[in-house]
Amino acid sequence: MAEVEDTLKRIQSINGVIGTIVLNAEGIPIRSTLDNSTSVQYAGLLHQLTMKARGTVRDIDPQNDLSFLRIRSKKHEIMVSTGGL
Amino acid sequence: MSSKRPKSKEARKIKGKDKKKENNFPTTDEGASELDHPDYIFPLVLTSATQELFGCRADEDLTGENPYKLLKKEDIVQDMKTRASVSDFSPVKQLVLDYPEDELLLVFDRDFTYGQSFYLVLTVEAKDNILKPSVQGDDEEPITHEEEVEEEEDMIIPKTPESHPWMSLGSEQEIEEESVTESRPRLRYKISPLLRRCGAPVFFSDRGALDRKEGFVECPSYQDKSFSIRAMERHTAVQASSDTKHSTTQTLWKYPRNTWTQYESREFSLDEKEHHLRSENMKNFITSVLTRFEISLQQNHIADVFCDDWTALCEDDGVLMGKTETTLKEYQSFMDLYFSKEKTISHIRWHPTISGVIAVSMTERLSLEERIDNSAKLLLNPSYILFWNFTDPINPQLQLECPDDVLCFQFCPSDPNIIAGGCMNGQVVLWDISAHVERLQDTRSGGKNISNNLDRNNVTPVVRYCAVSGIEIGHKAPITDIQWLPETFELSKLGIPVENPSRVSVQLVTCAPDCCVLFWDLRPPRAVSQSLTDVKQKSQEKPLENPHGVPNTFKHLNLTWKPFIRVSLPKIGSSGEYSPLKFSLRDNTVDCPTGDKPPQNVDREEGCGFAQLRVPSAKQQKPLENISTKLYVGTEDGELIYTDWKIEKDNDSGRLLSSKPIHRLLVHDTLVNTVSRSPFFRDILLTVSSFSFSIWKEGVTSGPLLRSACSKMLRTVGHWSLSRPAVFFIGKEDGSIEVWDLLQNSHEPSQIQNISSAAVTCISTSSISSKQHLLAVSDRLGTLHILQIPWTLRRSSNSERQIVKKYFEKEEGRLEYFQKRQIQHEKERKEMEAEQQRKKTEPMMSLKQEEELEAEALKEYEQFLALEKVILKNMGLLTVAEDRADL
Repeated sequence: MAEVEDTLKRIQSINGVIGTIVLNAEGIPIRSTLDNSTSVQYAGLLHQLTMKARGTVRDIDPQNDLSFLRIRSKKHEIMVSTGGL
Repeated sequence: MSSKRPKSKEARKIKGKDKKKENNFPTTDEGASELDHPDYIFPLVLTSATQELFGCRADEDLTGENPYKLLKKEDIVQDMKTRASVSDFSPVKQLVLDYPEDELLLVFDRDFTYGQSFYLVLTVEAKDNILKPSVQGDDEEPITHEEEVEEEEDMIIPKTPESHPWMSLGSEQEIEEESVTESRPRLRYKISPLLRRCGAPVFFSDRGALDRKEGFVECPSYQDKSFSIRAMERHTAVQASSDTKHSTTQTLWKYPRNTWTQYESREFSLDEKEHHLRSENMKNFITSVLTRFEISLQQNHIADVFCDDWTALCEDDGVLMGKTETTLKEYQSFMDLYFSKEKTISHIRWHPTISGVIAVSMTERLSLEERIDNSAKLLLNPSYILFWNFTDPINPQLQLECPDDVLCFQFCPSDPNIIAGGCMNGQVVLWDISAHVERLQDTRSGGKNISNNLDRNNVTPVVRYCAVSGIEIGHKAPITDIQWLPETFELSKLGIPVENPSRVSVQLVTCAPDCCVLFWDLRPPRAVSQSLTDVKQKSQEKPLENPHGVPNTFKHLNLTWKPFIRVSLPKIGSSGEYSPLKFSLRDNTVDCPTGDKPPQNVDREEGCGFAQLRVPSAKQQKPLENISTKLYVGTEDGELIYTDWKIEKDNDSGRLLSSKPIHRLLVHDTLVNTVSRSPFFRDILLTVSSFSFSIWKEGVTSGPLLRSACSKMLRTVGHWSLSRPAVFFIGKEDGSIEVWDLLQNSHEPSQIQNISSAAVTCISTSSISSKQHLLAVSDRLGTLHILQIPWTLRRSSNSERQIVKKYFEKEEGRLEYFQKRQIQHEKERKEMEAEQQRKKTEPMMSLKQEEELEAEALKEYEQFLALEKVILKNMGLLTVAEDRADL
């Protein structure tokens, strides 16, 4: 528990990071540094996109799996990492 | 025999006129008679004797109504016997004899239908037919009438077509051909097998078709010649029939119902969250994922991910030679015929808000001696500041009357209707043109107001000055430079910049060659001790109206205005004072303490005049930290003074004295005519004097960053370009403008262009519209030229500022390097001198040293020879003879 907290704090404290959200497999936020409504919105949207991206990767090669997804927009960059170990 | 009808033996009547030719026996109703008489009718002519004899006289016995008469056969025969051939009945003799019955019918043919007046009916049937209907039908009516009626009825009553016997046209042959008829009776055969075969056991077996040759009959295809002819035409019949399909459908009857749904995003409760956070999975996940994140974030740090390379690419290429025009194009020139005679323009200022309006101050074109000589005449000729508008090149829009020649003037930055000017006699003058602003603005769109031209009477309004400073208390020399302090701060009595709550520029700075820089405040001074009675008295007085329709804005200052700070410039290191000509303040726009930027165009209420503003007490004022109180002053002797305007209190005498200048730099030979700061860099100054100009950086005291070569032509004025940080303009005495571009050449101007024939007196740039940058140049003849700055001089690239900054830094570095080298040189020089000193103090020791040196040298030589011998011996090269010779 403490390790998890520490790690999350570490990521959050890196310069340039605005917020961090941890989701479970169904896309429900477990832990977030943003406010509730924003977290829920991001969770819903990113979960769908991640599922789509993962499906794409696996359609191309079933042995493959999505590990990291970066969405760069004009203003920000969103980084999504899936638990596919 | 009918008694009613008179009989007539021989008269026969023919039936009426019918068209049918056929021999038929219709009743008289049908009227099927022919043109000619039918066979049973025989027309007769009866003489009158015969008529009397038989009692069938025409029109007497037999009339039209009763034409029938039955005649006895015997009588007719007797008549024929008696009169033989003369008898009228002779032609029908045989017919009468053949007549089966006794009576014959004679009909009176009144109308001669059968050609004669009587006719005889020959057959019994016809007689019956004729007589019957007349008998049947209640028939007193004559037959003719009936016939006529019947004829009429014939035309009215539609007839059913009578069936005719079929006439063969040959179609039955075709039908006979097509029909199938039995040509012979059918043959019947009865076939039965032999009796003994019936009932016998039978055995069936299989046999394939290919077992025997006869097992199958082959019908190979062959080309039948009879079918070789291709049928080119064939009669076929086609019947189009639409495809029909039966199908049914039934809609489900659903009636609409309002429903709604509300969703809520799934969330975990706090306990669940805790639970999840503590799980092993979570820990593993986080630790595994962490590295990826860190790598990505590091990448973002290393390279700027949001930098758009495409847009940043084009700006580097600053040299775009698409537009080849690099010269300043003359846009317009203003010369007032009435006012510009014998006058020159001393200062130009663009109107800060209204585009296309420029103000120039006209002064007399006389040297000092001439001024003194003509001083009487000059008093009568008032001098003016003229406002020009681009739409009207002949008439100035506005004239501001000045008490004396104005050498410099400025628009108030916070209120463009206030203009402050410095005169030849040392007075500071204030104008308020609020009443005429509309006129200036209207004339921008001069073409539209053609109808208003008549109202204006083509007389430019003259605005008198609102306030002048006191003559004795102001400057004692012509004011050569005047500037407003920005609206963000104001100065207290000691020169400490404090916060300005009213956001209005209220203070001015002037300088004159009488060796002082004065600070003026526009607000009425605080009366230190004012009794209440005085206050009441003043409020009861009616406010005096200024004469000449001058607004009351600065009434409180008029003729009593005095500066509140006087900064003198004592010379460093010697007595006397510097005489400033131009000065330059650091551009100190300070943000409001709340952090907002000061509003640019605030509509100030009319009531907030300067008279209402009060100098706040020293306690209320809040000093501001970041404002630099130092200013550069260019003097008459060509020096650049860097001084502080703060007033210090001299502890000894208790007087307020200004501090000594911080440093002074002598760089120019003649008077400095321009000290101006670059609009892009706050600490870069340009000073221009007659033969050269220099660029300085504030804080660098070792020398100018750039000093130009001495030019043959006197330089009269300099001005930075407002759009490009590396460009500035220098005006010269022959009326030409030099365009210096530091990016191209720093030793010569990039462009020289001649504008007029007289010397350039002032340059000013305007950049109100981004498409058009204008350069206003005035010359000594009093003409104002407006030039268009070409695109190359107008457009700066993004990196130009950086390049120029680097250039200045490089120059600064060079100066520092020089300084260091100088120090180094000094040190080395000193050391060298010390060395020489040391050498001089040791002349005796030299001889002794020489002898000793010689002795030592001999010794060493001998040692060397010995060594050489030993080595050669060891190497076996030394011959015995040499060895012995040495010994």
